[in-house]
Amino acid sequence: MKVSCEALRKVEEICKKFNNDPGELITILHECQNSLGYIPEDVQRVIARCLGIPAQKVYGVVTFYSFFSMVPKGKYPVSVCLGTACYVRGGDKVLEEFKRVLGIEVGETTPDGKFSLDCLRCVGACGLAPVATIGEKVYGRLNPSDIKKIVSEFDS
Amino acid sequence: MENMITLTIDNRAVSVPKGTTVLDAAASIGINIPALCHMDLKGTCVKNAPASCRICVVEIEGRRNLAPSCATMVTEGMIVRTNSARVVRARKTVAELILSDHPNDCLTCPKCNDCELQKLVTRFNIRRMTYKGEQSTRKKEETVAIVRNMDKCILCRRCETVCNQVQTVGVLGAVRRGFETTIAPTFDRMFKDTDCSYCGQCVAVCPTGALMERDNTDRLLDDLCNPDKIVIAQPAPAVRVALGEEFGMEPGTIVTGKLATSLRYLGFDHVFDTDFAADLTIMEEGAEILHRLKAFLGGDKSVKLPIMTSCCPAWVNFYEHNYPDLLEYPSSAKSPAQMFGAIAKTYWAQKMGIPREKLVVVSIMPCLAKKFECEREEFSVDGNPDVDYSISTRELARLIKRSNIDFKSLPDSDFDSPLGESSGAGAIFGATGGVMEAALRTVYEVYTGKTLPRLEFTDVRGLDGIKEATIDLAGFPLKVCVAHTLGNARILMDKLRAGELDYHVVEVMACPGGCIGGAGQPYHHGNVEVLKARARAIYREDEGKPIRKSHENPDIQKLYREFLGEPLGERSEKLLHTKYFNKAK
Amino acid sequence: MFINSPDALESIRQEAVKALSLREKSNSSISAEAAGLEKGTPHMQILCCGGTGCKASESAKIVENFHASLEAHGIADKVDVVVPGCFGFCEKGPIVKIVPDNTFYTSVRPSDVEEIVTSHIIAGVKVERLLYQDPGSGEHISDSKHMNFYRKQLRIALRNCGFINPEDIREYIARDGYKALADSLKRDSADVLADIKASGLRGRGGAGFPTGVKWDIARKFDAPDKYVVCNADEGDPGAFMDRSIMEGDPNSVLEAMMICGYCINAHHGLIYIRAEYPLAVHRLQVAIAQARECGLLGKNILGTCFDFDIEIRYGAGAFVCGEETALIHSMEGKRGEPTLKPPFPAEAGYFGRPTNVNNVETLANVPVILTKGPQWFASIGTEKSKGTKVFALAGKINNVGLIEVPMGTTLREIIYDIGGGVKNGKKFKAVQTGGPSGGCLTEKHLDIPIDYESLAAAGSMMGSGGMIVMDEDDCMVSVAKFFLEFTVGESCGKCTPCRIGNKRMLEILDRITDGRGTMEDLDTLENLAKVIKDTALCGLGQTSPNPVLSTLANFREEYEEHVRDHVCRAHKCKSLLTYSIDPVLCKGCSACARGCPAEAIVGEVRKPFVINPEKCIRCGMCISRCKFGAINVI
Repeated sequence: MKVSCEALRKVEEICKKFNNDPGELITILHECQNSLGYIPEDVQRVIARCLGIPAQKVYGVVTFYSFFSMVPKGKYPVSVCLGTACYVRGGDKVLEEFKRVLGIEVGETTPDGKFSLDCLRCVGACGLAPVATIGEKVYGRLNPSDIKKIVSEFDS
Repeated sequence: MENMITLTIDNRAVSVPKGTTVLDAAASIGINIPALCHMDLKGTCVKNAPASCRICVVEIEGRRNLAPSCATMVTEGMIVRTNSARVVRARKTVAELILSDHPNDCLTCPKCNDCELQKLVTRFNIRRMTYKGEQSTRKKEETVAIVRNMDKCILCRRCETVCNQVQTVGVLGAVRRGFETTIAPTFDRMFKDTDCSYCGQCVAVCPTGALMERDNTDRLLDDLCNPDKIVIAQPAPAVRVALGEEFGMEPGTIVTGKLATSLRYLGFDHVFDTDFAADLTIMEEGAEILHRLKAFLGGDKSVKLPIMTSCCPAWVNFYEHNYPDLLEYPSSAKSPAQMFGAIAKTYWAQKMGIPREKLVVVSIMPCLAKKFECEREEFSVDGNPDVDYSISTRELARLIKRSNIDFKSLPDSDFDSPLGESSGAGAIFGATGGVMEAALRTVYEVYTGKTLPRLEFTDVRGLDGIKEATIDLAGFPLKVCVAHTLGNARILMDKLRAGELDYHVVEVMACPGGCIGGAGQPYHHGNVEVLKARARAIYREDEGKPIRKSHENPDIQKLYREFLGEPLGERSEKLLHTKYFNKAK
Repeated sequence: MFINSPDALESIRQEAVKALSLREKSNSSISAEAAGLEKGTPHMQILCCGGTGCKASESAKIVENFHASLEAHGIADKVDVVVPGCFGFCEKGPIVKIVPDNTFYTSVRPSDVEEIVTSHIIAGVKVERLLYQDPGSGEHISDSKHMNFYRKQLRIALRNCGFINPEDIREYIARDGYKALADSLKRDSADVLADIKASGLRGRGGAGFPTGVKWDIARKFDAPDKYVVCNADEGDPGAFMDRSIMEGDPNSVLEAMMICGYCINAHHGLIYIRAEYPLAVHRLQVAIAQARECGLLGKNILGTCFDFDIEIRYGAGAFVCGEETALIHSMEGKRGEPTLKPPFPAEAGYFGRPTNVNNVETLANVPVILTKGPQWFASIGTEKSKGTKVFALAGKINNVGLIEVPMGTTLREIIYDIGGGVKNGKKFKAVQTGGPSGGCLTEKHLDIPIDYESLAAAGSMMGSGGMIVMDEDDCMVSVAKFFLEFTVGESCGKCTPCRIGNKRMLEILDRITDGRGTMEDLDTLENLAKVIKDTALCGLGQTSPNPVLSTLANFREEYEEHVRDHVCRAHKCKSLLTYSIDPVLCKGCSACARGCPAEAIVGEVRKPFVINPEKCIRCGMCISRCKFGAINVI
């Protein structure tokens, strides 16, 4: 996966916006991920160079926080809530069904790049538990039997 | 007494200065609390106190949880229990947990008997694997210098601390989190694809077998047994003040004579000395210093000052990776070990009538980066390296034990001639400041034409990270600086890059204390007194030498007469000098 | 609008209070207002919940429809649509409230908007079917204050949530906002701090450390730069108190940080917030921008020589960053690994500077303590725990939502009175408080007046305020496993007990739920749990065994059933289930066999089929395919 020169220049700009301050690393990583969708090695190297810190440090931080991804997310990122409220209302079964329907594990993206699957802790919509989000849209009161239909809405 | 704190440990009162840890306070009255992740080479910058392994926990009255004694400061009236049932049980459980994520292959582990975890398991009387479960499987790698088997890593983070805080190389660090946490280079790459300087300090501090030296002892045994090979040895200055430790001798015991004897008993055909080559280095580097100095004093603005030493292979790697814009500053002189190889395989081989390919030059080094240095292409002729390979002090000890040699009872013997004679100046190469002091002895006398009134330059000795001195060179104030650890080197290099480094000569050694603290030495296990004792031994070795200046070494003089001509002459340049490469990634 | 003195603040308040007058009035009759509308006298307001939960149920679309409808009916100038923060009653969301008649519509869909406008707003007739129906009496209740859900609540931290527009600083000022700051700046900071101490306020983030004492420690360390940090990294799965406060009343957090800054002599504020809370981030950004614009943040606040400014820092998905030292490292751009305390952040925190860290709910209490006085606050609650606590009530309960009750309220009152009891008439089994750091409490704990001490004594903890109700269908071993899975996934990996110990505990629980456990495993589990509690480095690790310890203490027989009898009474543990076909009920239609992914079902058509237990993977597919209810699961 090659990152375009423009993208890397964009990363440099982001670093510059934060005065190339190593203390702003996490904010910078957020901005890069928002801008590019993920934070591949090349981007981490550029960030390390701009901030004057070893690339190892950037990598250590990227791999520590679950929010950051080194692989592109799917066009439709699926996130299943595994907060306690969703868990006791069957969130784990919803997750299993998503895995089965999409044929991927948590943290993976389908080969066609359409869907990626993640867990999240709590979107705060506990009244609608169990909950999953696809992109910006929240799906509440899910039943495993709904999943196939929901996915197929995006599959056309 | 002001700033003294009195507390009670295991019912015994103790007074210690404010800011002392419970661990140290206990040690001061002979209570030896077990610790694992903790390491504090007091007086150097090597300190790892993440309080993360939780082995050293103690009970402190009034506290809900057990406290790590390594990072808990004493307070007035504190009541500490280090051996209550609660503490002993918790400590054992923690050790059992570590063991449950550690390969159970101690018998064949290269760290066996030197492993700090193993010692704790024995000490805590752990006799079975209490907890069974998934074990981490992590990357393994064998470089020419360092072998990495992170399955054995217990995440003490010592290597991370030395690689980042001490050496500022920034190659090793924690990645991922939780049970998946690993200490790894950037993007989980291999060392060879990183800026690793092969200083090996990660190996020097690793409590287990996760980070080890590349073992060349089998290769050496094969060569020693091979009747078609002439195998010659060159042990480095720092080896002879540390090797004895491997045989139960006190740190700082000088074993030079036993070392020479043991090498002969092992079957080396000729036993020479890297100290000899250290004198040679001073001749070349000294000449280079004088050359640049004279040009500078003559008004040449383009002359690169300060000139920096280049004996330390990890330091060379460090500046090739990080300061490719400043490659003209270090001296072009090869390291003593490589000078030795170049001379042995030309001058001496010709003299003896031994064809180059028959000759095996083995260096015995306190160092792991030397293993890498041997592999540098520029240090070979038609693919035949000047120094074939290097073994560490520890590997030599292993070989001696394996060869049924009772080291302690060995008679002393001398090194062979002509590459075995050395001065005291060569001997002190093994301690931080030693190269500088050796160079000053020669530079002063050559430059001023006078005899030094006092040979010892004590300002450049000792464990301070950066030392400075000004020497009166017949009215010219020569400003010198000595740094050990790459972190201190970085401070100097950054200043140099900024045009703010106001010295004429700078010495850098990558390891704390210089070569005596090298990564190939017997493990110091965090005891700085070991390093200090070795340094004292180095200077004792110097004092005991009849000749203490490199340029007065008769064999060196003879070498120039018979073969090299003069320092920086054509042949010297060809054999004894090198160039550096931009290796920035 | 620039507020450079307490007087300027007061005059803004007097102006702003008018806009809120409709909401402050309590008048359940709507005819007069609706008639007023006819005559052209303004004003009704439609409050559409803008919390994350209701937004997930299309509340934004509802707002949009209201605007369109009011426009179409030509009354857009007479009826305001306001988007406040969370009303708390998430179970019945989206919530639409109409003032001044306080009509509380529940479960509103975008398609209901037109009817509300024509019937309620224009014709003055409430839309009965959208009113809350009391599950007991079946009666429709129009005004929320008559609902059981709200009756036992006392909203202090949530005082403005669901009431004011969080994106309009004037509405906050109208509710005495920034008055506490203005008053404080006139006083000696030590006196202000003494009030906080006297109120008895304790940290709402988990451990309950006295807030005033914490401030006092930070105050004593002198440094050129000191920091006030708001911990908004709410990470408990199933807790959303802090998020609701930031979404519904962001200015209360800002004001409290400034007061703290004044007390400890700090001039920099940092809010560390989860990146998963985009709406809360947005509301905070708006609030900060507005506060800066009117001079409430920046230099010479309210004409004094006090300077203060606030920046936002983002978390990136690491629960451990709720621990204050980890949080600080994360703000410094590092891995969020905790370090040993002492030194406490009050001495050496953000980049080594003295730093005071408080959580959102704690801070939200501060302004109101100062405006109403510490004695008022101290009069609420129990002897050692003053004030109220916000809980996110969720799980198998009828009224899921965000509630705030005085300390000392019993679990029974919360679950049965406010929460409306267990869902679907099932039997109450346990309530989990304190999230992954807390424990599961049972029937016998229901009448304990809850506060920090009583919860800890019962083997749980206050935590940040998650409260999950479980019924007879929940397997307590699986629940303990769920929390441990969470901790193992969120452990930073620094210290041995948490990194390896919790992993080993999880493996043991895996074995037990898989039917491979031994009785010895139970002892091992208990021993490990105790050692981890005793030796782990940070609060996360030290409390991580609590779910296991509390379920072992309260539900040991369930563990033993799993081990000894290979039975999971809640039918949750797949490996312990046996599927069989009732030969009497089976019609031999073969639907189950055809649907079985493991080909574990065989038989002849029109004769009873049988399940081969060796092959059965217990997926439950046969149950969903059988039309005759012939599949048994034991």
